[in-house]
Amino acid sequence: MNQLDFPIISLVTFFPLVGAITVMLISKERKDALRTAALVVSLIEFIISLPVLIYFKSGTHGMQFVENVPWVKSLGISYFMGIDGISLWIVILTTFLTPVCILSSWNYIQKWVKEYMVCMLLLETAMLGALVSLDLVLFYVFWELMLIPMYMLIGVWGGPRRIYAALKFFLYTAAGSVFMLLAIIFLYYYNHKVTGVYTFNLLELYNLNIPVSVQFWLCVAFFLSFAIKVPMFPLHTWLPDAHVEAPTAGSVILAGVLLKMGTYGFLRFAIPLFPYATHQFTPVIAALSVIGIIYGAMVAMVQPDIKKLVAYSSVSHLGYVMLGIFAFNIQGIEGGLYQMLNHGISTGALFLLVGMLYERRHTRLIKDFGGIAKVMPVFATFFMIITLSSVAVPGTNGFVGEFMILVGAFRSYPVFAVIAVSGAILGAMYMLWMYQRVMFCPLDKPENQKLKDINAREIITLLPLVILVFVMGFFPGLFLRKMDATVEHFLENYNKRYEMYAQQETAEQLEAKIAAVVSERSEAPRLQGGASR
Amino acid sequence: MDMLEFVVPELDFRAILPQIILAITALTVLLTGVFSREKKGPAIGFLSLAGVALSFSAVVFSGSQTVSSFSGMLTNDSFARFISMIVCVVALLTILISINYRKISPAINSGEYYCLLLFAALGMMFMGSAGNLLMVFVALETMSISIYALAGFQKQREKSIESALKYFLLGAFASGFLLYGFALVYGATGTMDIVKIGRFLNDHPLVVHSPLLLGGVALMTVGFGFKVAMFPFHMWTPDVYEGAPTSVTAFMATGVKAAAFAALIRVFYVALGSLQVDMTQIMWVIALLTMTVGNVVAIAQSNIKRMLAYSSIAHAGYLLVGFVAGGELAISGMLFYLLGYAFMNLGAFGVIALLAKKDGEYTELSDFAGLGFKYPAMGLVMAVFMFSMAGIPPTAGFMGKFYIFTAAINSGFIWLAIFGVINSVISIYYYLRVIVTMYFKEPEQDIVMLTPTGAIILALVIAAAGVLFMGILPSSVLDIARNSTTLIM
Repeated sequence: MNQLDFPIISLVTFFPLVGAITVMLISKERKDALRTAALVVSLIEFIISLPVLIYFKSGTHGMQFVENVPWVKSLGISYFMGIDGISLWIVILTTFLTPVCILSSWNYIQKWVKEYMVCMLLLETAMLGALVSLDLVLFYVFWELMLIPMYMLIGVWGGPRRIYAALKFFLYTAAGSVFMLLAIIFLYYYNHKVTGVYTFNLLELYNLNIPVSVQFWLCVAFFLSFAIKVPMFPLHTWLPDAHVEAPTAGSVILAGVLLKMGTYGFLRFAIPLFPYATHQFTPVIAALSVIGIIYGAMVAMVQPDIKKLVAYSSVSHLGYVMLGIFAFNIQGIEGGLYQMLNHGISTGALFLLVGMLYERRHTRLIKDFGGIAKVMPVFATFFMIITLSSVAVPGTNGFVGEFMILVGAFRSYPVFAVIAVSGAILGAMYMLWMYQRVMFCPLDKPENQKLKDINAREIITLLPLVILVFVMGFFPGLFLRKMDATVEHFLENYNKRYEMYAQQETAEQLEAKIAAVVSERSEAPRLQGGASR
Repeated sequence: MDMLEFVVPELDFRAILPQIILAITALTVLLTGVFSREKKGPAIGFLSLAGVALSFSAVVFSGSQTVSSFSGMLTNDSFARFISMIVCVVALLTILISINYRKISPAINSGEYYCLLLFAALGMMFMGSAGNLLMVFVALETMSISIYALAGFQKQREKSIESALKYFLLGAFASGFLLYGFALVYGATGTMDIVKIGRFLNDHPLVVHSPLLLGGVALMTVGFGFKVAMFPFHMWTPDVYEGAPTSVTAFMATGVKAAAFAALIRVFYVALGSLQVDMTQIMWVIALLTMTVGNVVAIAQSNIKRMLAYSSIAHAGYLLVGFVAGGELAISGMLFYLLGYAFMNLGAFGVIALLAKKDGEYTELSDFAGLGFKYPAMGLVMAVFMFSMAGIPPTAGFMGKFYIFTAAINSGFIWLAIFGVINSVISIYYYLRVIVTMYFKEPEQDIVMLTPTGAIILALVIAAAGVLFMGILPSSVLDIARNSTTLIM
C-alpha cells in the first residue's frame, strides 16, 4: 500500500506542528534563537518532504504513500491520507515556500517573534493536511484550521486596517465552507442510502451515482466554498484587503499556497464528485474566469499601491488557472496545475520584493518611487526577472503555464481563449508599466537616493525562487511528467462519468416522453368514448 | 381489596449512591463552614471537591444496568448516568474556579456557598434520572432554589442582588407554569409516571390531541424553555448572567442547561413521544429563532458576560436543532454537545474570573485588550474556548455541531441545518472579536491578572484539554454518548 512502508505523509504533515511546540518552549526574549529554530524546522521539513518527490511513481494514477486508519469509527470517519500527481507539487511548493517566508521575515517581524513563528509552522501543518486528506471530514478539519493561523498573521502583524481585513478574510472563507460541510454530510447520508455504508472516504464517494437534481445543489455548495478561496470574480473582494494588510510572509503564503487550495479543491473534490453538474456549470465558470482575468488585470493597472497591484494580478492569474482546469483537456488541466506552481513562485517572489521595498521606505505607493534601479541594482535585477516571469515571457515558468492553458482553452472555447490572450497583453502592460515607474524614472526623491541595496539574507531568500523560475521555464517536463498519469486518469474518469450521467438523463427524458405519449393514447379513447355516449 | 394493600416501596440506595454522596458532602461542608476556625483558606472548597470526585467515581463505577428504582420515581439508565457525569464535571470545574474566585469575592468562601452548589448539583443529577413528573419538579426546584441564592451571593453588589431577584421571580413563574402543565398532563393521562404516560398515550391515540394534554404540553414547554433559555423565554439570561458571581454564572450556563435538556429530552421523548410530529413543527421555528436571536444580539454586546449569555441562548438553539431532529443519533449528539459546551463555557468563564479586582470585575470586552500577549497562557486557552464556541475544528465545539447537524440532515431537516450553519458563521464574528481584542489591540489600561492558583490552572487545563480531546479524538466520548441513548421507555 505504501511504497516506503513508513507513514511519511503523517511525518511531513505533523513535523511543523512538533516544531511549533518546540519553538514554544524557547524563551521569548531570545529572538534570534526563535528565528533560527523555526528556520531549521522548516528546512528539515523541506528535506523530509523530498523523499515523497523522489519515491513518487510517475507511471500510475492511484494514490501513493497511502495511510488509512479509522478515526471516528462509529461515524465512518477515517484518517485517510495520500498523494497523487495533483497534490504532489503543491505539497512540495508548500514545504519549499515556508522556509523562504521565515527567512524573509527575519528582521521585519520584531514584535511577538515567538507567536509569529508558531503561527507560520501551524499554518504549514494545516495546509499540508488539507492537501493530503482523502477523507472529507479530515479535509474539512484541516481546511478550517488553516484559517486560524492566517487570521492571526494578518490580524497581529498586519498593516493599519488589519482587523477589518482579518475578519473579512475569516468570515468570507468560513461562510463558504460551512455550506460545503452540509453538502459533505448530505453526501454521506446519500451514500449510506444507496450503498448501506457509512463513510467519508473520498475515493469511495467518487463512485456514487447522484441524481442530477441533487447533484446540482451539492455542486453549488462545493463550488461556492472553493470559488471564494480561489478567489473567483465576483467573490474576490476579500483578497486585496487581506493581501495589502498581511505581513510580507503572510502574503506570500496566502498567494503561494492558500489560494491554491481553492483550485485544488475543484480538482480533488468538486469536479470528480459531481461531473454532470460540473459540466453544466462549465460555461459559467469559464466565463467568470475570463472576466476575472480581464477585470483583475484592468483593476491592477490603475492601482497606486504596488502590493494592491500584485494582489489584483493574483485575481487575474487565478482566472487563468480556472480557465485551464475548466477546459477539460490535458493541456488545460496540466497548464492550470503548472500555473498554480508558477503563481506561487512568481507572485510569492513579487510580494517578497514589495516587502523589501516597503521595509526600506515604509510606503508602497508607486508615485513615491522612481529610479530605484540606480541605487538598488541587484534588487532591480531580481525584480526584473520576476516581473518577466509574471508576464509570461518565454524562458520563464510563466510562459509554459500560460501557453498550455491557452492551448487547452483554444481547444474548448476559442472565443474565451481569444479574450484571455488579451488579458496576457494587459498583464504585460500593468507589470512593465509599474516596473518602469518604480525603477526607471528619474531618481528625484531625496528619500530614495540613500536606499541600501538588498543584503545577503534577502538575496538568499530570493535566489531559490529565481532559480526555479528558470528551471521551470526550461525544463517543464521534469514537473509535468509526475502529473501526466493522474491528469489523464482524471480526465478519462470525468468523461466516462459524465457520459454515464448524460445517458441516464436522456434515458429518463425518453421514458418521460414515452410515458407522456402512452398516457395521451390511453386518454384519447376515453375522450372519444365520452363523446359518443 | 387490592387498593388497600400497602406496598412497601423498594428502596435501592445503591441506585442513588452518587446523589447520597453529594448530599452528605453538602451537609458536611455546611457544618465545617460553621465550626471551622480558619475562614479564609480553601479547605472547604477542597472538601467539596473531594465529595464531587467521589460522587463522580460512584457514577462511573455504578455499572451499566438499566433499572428503575423507588417505584419508578428514578430511572437509572445510561442516559441518566451520562448526565450525572456532565453534572460532576461541571461541579468539579465550578468548585475549582470558585476556590480561586474567593480572592475577588470573599463572601463565597463559606460553607453555605459550597453547600448550595452541591445541592444544586444534586438537583441536576436527579433531573437527569427522574422517572416521574413530580420527581422532575422536585429536582428542578432543588436545583433552582439553590441557584437563586447563589446568584445573589455577593450581597454588596447591587447587580448580584438584581440578578438573584430577577432569576427568582421569573424562575418562580416558570416553575408555576411547569407545575400547572404537569397537572394538566396528569388530568389527561391519569398518571405522573413518565413511562406510563408514554404507554397510555400510545394506547389511547384520541387523548393525544385533547385540549387538556395540549395545554399541559404548552405550559411544560414554557417551563422548560425558561430553564434552557429558549426563545422567547430567554429575556432573563443576560441580566442574570451578568449580575451573578462569575463562578455561579459558569455553573448556571452549563449545569442548568444540561439538566434542563436532560429532563426535556426524557419528558418529551418518553412521555410525549406520540406528540413528536406536532411538536416538531413548533420546535423547528423555536430552534431557528433561538439560534438567530442569540447570535444576532450577541454581536451588539460590549460586556463579555452578556455576550456569553446571548451565546448561551444561541447554543441552546443548536441543541434544540438536535432536539427537533430526534432519534438516537441526535440524542448522542446533544449529550456530546452538552459535555463539550460545559468544558468550553466553564473555561471561558474561568478566564473571566481571573481578571477581577476587589470591588468588581473587568467584564467589558475592551478590558481584554492586549491581554493575549501579556498573559500568553491565558490568551491561548481563551482563544481555544472561543474557537470552540465558534465551531472551528479541531475543537469540541466543531465536533458537537457536526454531530447535531449530521443528525438534523439524517432526519431530513436540511433547511434547519442550513440555518444552523449560517448562524455559526454569524457567531464567528463575535467570538473572533474577543480574539481581536486580546491579540490585535493595544492595552488601554493596566490590568493585572490575579495570580492564578493551582486550582484555577487545573480547571483551565482540564477545560482546554477536554475541548481539544473531544475535538481531536472524539471517538471515545462519542461512543460513550452513543451508548447513553437508552431511555427507559
